[in-house]
Amino acid sequence: MSNRLFNWFKYASPASFYPLAGKWIPWFWTLAAAFAAAGLWLGFFVAPTDATQGEGYRIIFIHVPTSWMSMVIYVVMAAWAGMGLAFNARLSAMMAQALAPTGALMAFLSLWTGALWGKPMWGAWWVWDARLTSELILLFLYMGFMALQASIDDPRRADKAGAILALVGVVNIPIIYFSVKWWNTLHQGASVAVGQSPSMALTMLWGMLLIALAVWMYSIAVALMRVRAIILEREAHSDWVGKLNEVQP
Amino acid sequence: MTWNSFSEFVAMGGYAQYVWGSFGACALGFLLEPVLVRQRQNQAVLHIRQQEEAKDIQQQ
Repeated sequence: MSNRLFNWFKYASPASFYPLAGKWIPWFWTLAAAFAAAGLWLGFFVAPTDATQGEGYRIIFIHVPTSWMSMVIYVVMAAWAGMGLAFNARLSAMMAQALAPTGALMAFLSLWTGALWGKPMWGAWWVWDARLTSELILLFLYMGFMALQASIDDPRRADKAGAILALVGVVNIPIIYFSVKWWNTLHQGASVAVGQSPSMALTMLWGMLLIALAVWMYSIAVALMRVRAIILEREAHSDWVGKLNEVQP
Repeated sequence: MTWNSFSEFVAMGGYAQYVWGSFGACALGFLLEPVLVRQRQNQAVLHIRQQEEAKDIQQQ
């Protein structure tokens, strides 16, 4: 136990986390590629044609994973930001900062693939429906978080302001998730929910879950890459940064 | 196997623009983001290298 606690605190410092993250990144890229290959193969070559939506339903294989990820990243980002605020921990705040652009990309892709799915099935790219609107608000929350952090020169103050915004915005996540239950909406209900058998063929489900895993691994890999860049930017004046191998001419 | 030919696969049962528009946008995003992050990392490394060189010159 004491050994574990020691490690936890050791890696909470940017100087020791930086090389550790560097070692992890290739593994997450490998996993992302493997899961994506397996998931895309299942999704495009094994999963059968949908009875009502024909081949158009295959958008689900990327729409659902990006939508899930946009929500997961927000919760993780808010948790890191909150930890940064509570413990005044630099690395936690940097993690939150590193996750925001990836989360924004996921929210954007969720809306984009949703529009391309909505057009042929509902006849509209966009409707002001509870699910779609709350997901759009999520994209705005990510952009607001990034804009707020970028607009404050002192990084520690920027972290605090960003953390408060991120924590307040968490209220939007259950709204997105339950919107299809709480309001009458055009958007279909959950395809997969806890305590209920999935409303789709098993090969479809597995294809979707594998791509969801790939998107998870991708997000971790790219967020670790970004947190390393942020560490270098913000620790540029520390001695350890000047001694790094990549900095030597 | 769902498809009898490659062109049938590309056509996606008439939904080609929607299916490939979705997967294409995601592929583009997932390829571009790491490239941009890589650039940011290189920029940060370059900045520190210049800073270290400036320090060395000052010491001499």
